[in-house]
Amino acid sequence: MSYDLREARGKAAIVGAIDAVSSTGVLEGSTRALEVAMIRGALEDAGLTIGDVDGIFACTGGMMMHSMELAEYLGITQPCWTDTTQTGGSSFEVLVEHAAAAITLGHCEVAVIVYAMNPRGARKSGGGGGMGGMGAAMAMMGGESPQMEWEMPYGLRMPMGGYAMSADRHMSQYGTTSEQLAQIAVSTREWATMNPNARYQDPLTIQEVLDSPLQCGPLHKLDCCLVTDGAGALVMTSAERARDLKKPAAYVLGTGTSHTHSMPSAMPDLTVTAGAVSGPKAFRMAGVTPNDVDVLEMYDSFTITVLLALEDLGFVKKGEGGPFVAEGVLGPKGSRPAQTNGGGLSYTHPGMYGMFLLVEAVRQLRGECGPRQIENAEIAVAHGCGGVLSSTSTVVLGTESTL
Amino acid sequence: MEPKASSASQPFWEATKEQKFLLPWCKDCEKPFWYPRVMCPHCLGESIEWKEASGQGSVYASAVHWKPGMPPAGDLKPPFVVSLIDLEEGVRMLSNVIGCEATDVHEGMSVKITWEKLSDGRFLPQFEPAS
Repeated sequence: MSYDLREARGKAAIVGAIDAVSSTGVLEGSTRALEVAMIRGALEDAGLTIGDVDGIFACTGGMMMHSMELAEYLGITQPCWTDTTQTGGSSFEVLVEHAAAAITLGHCEVAVIVYAMNPRGARKSGGGGGMGGMGAAMAMMGGESPQMEWEMPYGLRMPMGGYAMSADRHMSQYGTTSEQLAQIAVSTREWATMNPNARYQDPLTIQEVLDSPLQCGPLHKLDCCLVTDGAGALVMTSAERARDLKKPAAYVLGTGTSHTHSMPSAMPDLTVTAGAVSGPKAFRMAGVTPNDVDVLEMYDSFTITVLLALEDLGFVKKGEGGPFVAEGVLGPKGSRPAQTNGGGLSYTHPGMYGMFLLVEAVRQLRGECGPRQIENAEIAVAHGCGGVLSSTSTVVLGTESTL
Repeated sequence: MEPKASSASQPFWEATKEQKFLLPWCKDCEKPFWYPRVMCPHCLGESIEWKEASGQGSVYASAVHWKPGMPPAGDLKPPFVVSLIDLEEGVRMLSNVIGCEATDVHEGMSVKITWEKLSDGRFLPQFEPAS
């Protein structure tokens, strides 16, 4: 007998959300110091204290046992749930899913999810790095892996080469063009012009994207996300407890996660991501359809990442993403507003962007977004994508009115 | 960077010394698979035999590397192309297509195997236009 996931709809909520980015791309301080600042800020945002926390979720920032090392540092000695699941950029959607399940089943009551990376600051000071302790962990494994054996000898640039092959295949299979992909970067930049924290705030044209140097053809430099420092944290608790807290809660209505492969040459179909599984599962649990979604935050490591997500989540039919985005529908004046903070393409991207999708989704549902606020936002989707189009995790959030 | 053989792929790399292109086949479900593993990814069977492949295939997708990352094992200068090749036997592998302009490589293009010498006597399988 299996549990009907729909019974878990709205039983847990995000009650604290904060991020730190910089328009220079650089944040001062170690990743651990940034994590601590984010946790303090997210708890304050929620109106809770560190003493309330009994669930700890982190997948970077330590050597290997991330949540354990972080809990010790924070002085949390007896958490009821610990989680270091690592699926790349989709990790934070996965951790929200796990936290919601843990809270719903009563394993823990107040969960903290945190992320910090400083690829730029660390580059400047000569230490750390974008992937924190992960490089060290990989070195400990001796560097023997299928990817080292079957992909790297051919000079595949990681991760960009994999995305480029997907874009190439989508173009040959469906006639998608570089201009259509460029429009995704242009629409995303329109949002960034309204975000004073965004790394790039000047308007962008399709021609400027096409004129930027080809990196891995067909992807140009401006088809690719930024490399910046960044950090964020979320606090989650039960729906009952959420109602008494400081700010309006973003209730977890549905979640779904899947992955299709790890290295790009093992992707079964370069034009279909695991979003075709995680999306419908999350929508079914939430009892909503793509048409009900007011706020759409999709992972935009590359322009092609967005195109595939739109199709796999069901916002447009497979293969029709190119003409769909070409109308500028993803921008502030479009019919399908998406990546409202300026995305990984223009706002920030420290390597695992999924945290920022969730923070922006919560802010939109709370009505905190100023000039870029979507009116009457009640249902938001944060759709993370990790690895090389490998893992996806979809979180559907709703205001109290959607319960 | 030259490939480091794993325990599962020793027979493959040994055969490349004579420029023989072997694929692992599962004796239980009688299907080929790629990349070499200690078991069959279709049925978890552990009875594996190596059969010589035709070396013929077609291009499934490509990325033209204008700004590469780590240097490839072969003697390639940018722009070079990294492609997924659908082999005649029904498996897909990543490789380079050489012997033509990188930007001329396209989906559906027929290719055949060619070999790049590595420093230790092994050869790296690459592909070139079939005609």
